Amino acid sequence: MTSRTKLLLLATTMLGFAGAAEAQVTVGITVSQTGPAAALGIPQKNSVAQLPKEIGGQKVEYVVLDDATDPTKAVANARKMIAENKIDYLIGSSATPGSAALVDVAAETKTPFCAMVPTKGLVDPVDDKRKWVFKAPQNDAIMAEALLDHMVANGIKSVAFIGYTDGYGQGWLDEVERLYPAKGIKITAVERFQRTDTSVTAQTLKILASNPDAVLVAASGTVAAMPHKTLKEQGYTKPIYQTHGVSTMDFVRVGGKDVNGTVFPAGPVVVADLLPDSHPSKAGSLEYIKTYEANNKMPFAGFGAHLVDCMTIAVPGIKAAAAGSAKPGTPEFRAAVRDAMEKNKDVVGLHGVFSFSPTDHAGLDKRSRVLVKIVDGKWTLLP
Amino acid sequence: MNAAIALFLMQDGVINGAIYALLGVTLVLVFTVTRVIFVPQGEFVAWGALTLAAFEAGTTPGTAWLLLALGVVTAIADVLRGEIARTPQALLRAGLRDVVLPALLVGLAVWIAPQKPPLWIAGLLTLALIVPMGPLVYRLAFAPMADASVLALFIAAIGVHFTLTGLGLVFFGAEGFRTTPFIAGVFPIGPLPFKGQSLVVLAVTAILLVGLWLFFERTLLGKALRATAVNRLGARLVGIPTLLTGRIAFALASAIGALSGMLVGSLTTIAYDSGFLIGLKGFVAAIAAGLASYPLTVAAAIAVGILESFSAFFASAFKEVIVFALIIPLLVWRSLAARHTDEEEE
Repeated sequence: MTSRTKLLLLATTMLGFAGAAEAQVTVGITVSQTGPAAALGIPQKNSVAQLPKEIGGQKVEYVVLDDATDPTKAVANARKMIAENKIDYLIGSSATPGSAALVDVAAETKTPFCAMVPTKGLVDPVDDKRKWVFKAPQNDAIMAEALLDHMVANGIKSVAFIGYTDGYGQGWLDEVERLYPAKGIKITAVERFQRTDTSVTAQTLKILASNPDAVLVAASGTVAAMPHKTLKEQGYTKPIYQTHGVSTMDFVRVGGKDVNGTVFPAGPVVVADLLPDSHPSKAGSLEYIKTYEANNKMPFAGFGAHLVDCMTIAVPGIKAAAAGSAKPGTPEFRAAVRDAMEKNKDVVGLHGVFSFSPTDHAGLDKRSRVLVKIVDGKWTLLP
Repeated sequence: MNAAIALFLMQDGVINGAIYALLGVTLVLVFTVTRVIFVPQGEFVAWGALTLAAFEAGTTPGTAWLLLALGVVTAIADVLRGEIARTPQALLRAGLRDVVLPALLVGLAVWIAPQKPPLWIAGLLTLALIVPMGPLVYRLAFAPMADASVLALFIAAIGVHFTLTGLGLVFFGAEGFRTTPFIAGVFPIGPLPFKGQSLVVLAVTAILLVGLWLFFERTLLGKALRATAVNRLGARLVGIPTLLTGRIAFALASAIGALSGMLVGSLTTIAYDSGFLIGLKGFVAAIAAGLASYPLTVAAAIAVGILESFSAFFASAFKEVIVFALIIPLLVWRSLAARHTDEEEE
C-alpha cells in the first residue's frame, strides 16, 4: 500500500466518521431469528427493509441483532446497541421473556422502547419505569373480548381452556378468567401443554369429561392444530376457538379439514384483502404485504407488521424531536422522542390505530382486531 | 377419573413411551460403544419427520444437500488428517462412498420429489438420506477425539446438537409439519380404539428391539460392538477396529432416530427443534437404566411415557416438571447404589 492510498483511506475513514457524527437517527432492533420464537423473529427481520429510511429530514439507520429467543442475549444486544451505536429508539424482542427483560434496560438507560409482544404487563400501569415502554401488538384482552362477544352471541354458556404453559398461554388464561365469568360463561377446565409435546390426549380427555359448550385453544402456529385434531379424533363436535396465534396459513395446512369452522381473532393486516375499504389499516397493509412478498419471495406473516407498527408509532416522536434543538444520540433527543410519542393521536398502523396518553402506552382500540372463520380451508371475515 | 380414561391414558403413555424407548436404547448403544452422550439424537428424529413431510409436499428436502455437503467435508477432513490413505485406490473408494453416493441420492431426491412418491418410497428415501449422516457426523466430530474424556465428548455432542438445530432451521424453516399416517383410520382393540399409526409405532418398536437383540446376540458385528462397549482397549487388542464400531453405532442411532421421527410425524406437529425434548425423555429413561442396560431402558421409557400421560391429566401445567424432576431421585439412588468405578482410569 503506497503512502498516498493510505492517506486517501485515512481521509475517507475520517469522512465516514464525520458523516456518522452528523445528525442521524439510529434505531436498535433485537429479534429472535433463531430459537423457539424464530417463526416470529424471521418475518420481523425480513420487514426491516421496509422501514422508513428518512424521518423529518434525518437519515435513519437500523441496527439489527439476533437474540436467539434468549432473554440474556436480548439484554446484551440492547446494551451493546445503546453503548456502541448510541441508538435513539429500541425495538424488541419477538417473545415475551426477552421483551420483559428489555423493559429494565430501557428504563435504566432512558431509551424509548417498543415491545413486539402482546403482554399487557409490559406497559401497564405506566409508572416511572414503564413510561419508556410502548407496545405495538394488541392486548390479549382486546382479542379475548372479540371471542367473548362471538360466544355470547352464539349462546355458548361454558368453555374449556387449553393453552401453552408459557407467557402466551398465561396471558390468555388471565384475560379469560377475568372477563368470561362476568359475561356468564363458565370455565369448565383449564389445561396446559408445551409447544414441543408429542401428545395432548390426557388434557383433551379431561376437557371432554368437563363437557363444555366450546373449547378455546391458546397456542400458536402449527402446534395449535394438535389439540384441535386430538379433540376431533375423540369425537368432539362443538365449536373450537383459536387465538390470533394461528393467524398463519400454516395452521390451515397442518390442520386440514379438522380445523374447518374454527373462529379466531386477528389483526387487520392479516386479512388485509378481506377488509372493507373503509378500514383505516387496509391501504397500508396491502402495500406492506405486496412489498414484503416481493422482497422476500415468501408469504408474509402478521408478526412482521408489529415491527413496522413499532416504527410507525415512533415517526411522529422522531419528527418532533428532530425539529427541536437536541441532537440524535443524546439523552435529550431520546427524552424528546418519548415525550412526543406519548402524544400520538390516531396514528394509523398495520394492526390498527394508535392513540397514546400518559396512562396508556398500548393505544389500540377495537379497530385493531377482526374475527376470522375458516371455511373450506379459506379465511372469511366475520362481521 | 374412571377406568376408561385410565385405559386411554395408559395407551397414550405406552405409545409415547415406545418412541422414548427407541431413543433411550440408541443413547445407551452409542454411549457404551463410543462413550458419547449423543445429545443430537433428537435432531435425527426431527429431520426424519421433516424430510418425509418435504417429500409429501413435493419439495426436495434440504437434508439431501446437507448429506452431500457433509460427505464432501468429511472426506476432505479425513484425507487431511490422514484417516484416508493418500493412494489412488483409497481416494477413489472414499470419493465413491462419501461424494458420489450422496450425490446419487441427492439426484434421486431431486428427481423423485416433484412426483410426490408413495409413502413407502418417500420413507425409504428419507432413511437413505438421514442414515449416512450418523457415521459422517461421527467421523467429522467424534472420531478425531475418540479417546478424549466423557466430559469432552459430551461437550462436543452439545456443540454438534446446536449446529444441527441451526441447520434444521435453515433447511426447514421455523414452522412445524405433520405427515400422513402410514396406516390411516382407527381400529378398536378390546375396549380401546387404536389409531393405525399408533399400532405401527408399537409394531415397529417391537420389531426393532427384537432386531437389535438378535444383532447383538447372533452376529459377529453385534458382538464386536458389545466387546467395544465392555472394554475398548481389550477390543482393540483382539483386532476389533473401534472406529468402525463407532461408525456402526452412529449409523444405528441415525437410523432409529429417523425412523422414530417418521413414526411420530403423523401423531404430532414436528418443527425443526422438536427433536431435542423427545430425545431428552429417552435420555431420562437411559439414565434410569444407568446408561447400561437395554431392557431396563425400555421399561423406564414406557414408565416415563405413562407418568407423562397421567401427570398431563392431573396437573398439565407441571407435566414436564414432574417428568424431569424424576431424574433427581433416580440419580441419587443410582449413585448411592452403584459401586463407583471411574472408567476414565481404566
